[in-house]
Amino acid sequence: MSQAEAAEVESPAPEARGARRRPPWTLAAVAAGLVVLAIVLAYVRSGNTEVVSQAVVTGILVGGVYGLVAMGLTLIFGVLDIVNFAHGAFLTVALYITVVMVNRFGIYPMLALVVAVPVMFLLGAAVQRFVLAGAIGKPLENQLLITLGLALLIDNLLLLFFGPNPQSVKLPGDTAVPILGAVTTVSRLLAFGVALVLAALLYVLLRRTRLGTAIRAVAANDSGAQLVGIDTRRIYMTTFAIGTACAGAAGVLVAPLVTIEPTTGELFNIIAFVVVVLGGMGNVIGALVGGLLIGLTEQLGALLLPGQSPLLSIFIVFVLVLLFRPQGLFGKTS
Amino acid sequence: MSAATQERPTEEAVLPRPAWGRHLIVLAVLTVLLIPLPLILPPATQAVAVRVLIFAIMAVGWNIMSGFGGMFSFGHAAYFGLGAYTSVWLLVNHGVSPWIGMLAGMVVAALFGVMVGFLALRYRLKGAYFALSTFAFAEMLRLLAINSDFVNRAVGYNVPLRREFSWVFMQFAPGAPEYFWVGLGLTVVAIAVSILFLGSKLGRFTIAVRDDEEAAAAVGVPVMRTKILTIALSAAITSVAGAFYTQYYFFIDPDGAFGPTVSIQAILPAVIGGVGTIWGPAIGALVLGPLNDITATLLRNPPPALDFLQGRAGLDVIAYALLLILIVLLLPQGVYGAIRERVRRR
Repeated sequence: MSQAEAAEVESPAPEARGARRRPPWTLAAVAAGLVVLAIVLAYVRSGNTEVVSQAVVTGILVGGVYGLVAMGLTLIFGVLDIVNFAHGAFLTVALYITVVMVNRFGIYPMLALVVAVPVMFLLGAAVQRFVLAGAIGKPLENQLLITLGLALLIDNLLLLFFGPNPQSVKLPGDTAVPILGAVTTVSRLLAFGVALVLAALLYVLLRRTRLGTAIRAVAANDSGAQLVGIDTRRIYMTTFAIGTACAGAAGVLVAPLVTIEPTTGELFNIIAFVVVVLGGMGNVIGALVGGLLIGLTEQLGALLLPGQSPLLSIFIVFVLVLLFRPQGLFGKTS
Repeated sequence: MSAATQERPTEEAVLPRPAWGRHLIVLAVLTVLLIPLPLILPPATQAVAVRVLIFAIMAVGWNIMSGFGGMFSFGHAAYFGLGAYTSVWLLVNHGVSPWIGMLAGMVVAALFGVMVGFLALRYRLKGAYFALSTFAFAEMLRLLAINSDFVNRAVGYNVPLRREFSWVFMQFAPGAPEYFWVGLGLTVVAIAVSILFLGSKLGRFTIAVRDDEEAAAAVGVPVMRTKILTIALSAAITSVAGAFYTQYYFFIDPDGAFGPTVSIQAILPAVIGGVGTIWGPAIGALVLGPLNDITATLLRNPPPALDFLQGRAGLDVIAYALLLILIVLLLPQGVYGAIRERVRRR
């Protein structure tokens, strides 16, 4: 958000306007080319179309959820300038909310959204207001350490209350669904679909509402936003709450797909960081596209580097992006 | 952290006369006082004392790069793990003494630090991006270790037990005071190195680069070389903690060597004690080391109010986490930094 939006909200400098007008077609082409190359290589490596199409379908479906997690993280980064290590922990809280709702009260898993999203929104608002607000304007490391402390705190409170035993959530009627020569499940399709709908809602919120305009204004220039009468403290709180609610929603969506432990969210946190950097820190649409790319990377990487953890390919992509394009695929060159 | 220290530069940076002679004397006195400690302490607390020393070495290393150097590392597990794995690999496969393995580990860790530092700085990563890149490199090492036969995959290594105890192989009777002395010696050397580092030309360059990179470059400080040498020194010190850890606990695996928890353990003592100070990491380690045991005892025999916690895990980390959040919010200069401030104002 911060970079691209800056050009829109303020009166832009000439070269910034130029950068804004020229869409990143070259980069999009390069990214698409790399994906195609990875697919071809995966096919060469495995020699089996079914395996590859399975990987592509799974990668895209999972990638949608990664995108939703990363949208929340990137929004927080763009507006509050916080590297939030607690994002995955918030996702885990939502996982356990889902566990309690489904296994204790027998509610349909997706309906846990109705509880988890508002609860996580309020939790995010409270955390920002009472913990993080004290660190605004302090060096980056202080905020990083506080969110790290929050992550440890949340993970271990969950460990304390729910114990270390893995739990799971079953989606009723979760059958296999054939799609594009691959097989997936109802829960994956549902997670992908709902994640996209929520992502679209978030986009509309940011683009078409007064609140969204205010958030984008603060992201572009917080002192400027304050001067035109925006209550920046309230925007900080709301933005952190919205970002946390995104993690919460994603937690409910992935609950039927993962083994639920107090540390489950860590993995999503790491992946979300990669996605955020890939899409450009603060860029919401970039986060969604980056999510899909990382979903594909994870699945195709498992084919390309058999015997290695799928995370390894994600980290290789991460380091390459950090080194060669730290502003991300859609960020402006600084 | 850099901004906080910019407002109030460390004493070493501004005093016309270097204060490191005084620090070395304090260190020598402390060492002499601590040597008889294992003979006095009950055996159960000796494990705590050794843990404090391991934390201290890790944090002294981290502090050189991230405190004095201002380059926030979230991946010191890489260096800790390389120290641990290099020494244990040489010991298990070639029967090399852990002391030599420790030196080899320092070299490997320093080289890895040079590589990571060169890449990150060459491409001008700053702030959050720099921290995330250090994290990514540590995680890549962890994943590679988990999946490669070369280092026993996820199983890791056990240190082979020897018939007789020996200094050469750093192996003593369980609970022997020698373990404490080895740890103490390593910690003292690490702190002495960080004192001498601050007094040296490299140290002064490092502080200058941290406080104002452009100004430092303008007066002829070789910025890139200074940063990379600082990272290498920091990596080498933290790797020593890894090698000693493995010898003391007889065991290392990828998560225990390269996991994110290890990186956090290198950061926490320094933050609690005071980032960018000589004594901060050691003081922070003194606070953190015993926390584990205090909470464990509390959970074994909880007071009536906390009865429901009996037999549950997680309280120790909750205590760390709360301490971390409170320190960063209320005492951003750490315990030692705050005390020093108080004394100076008087």
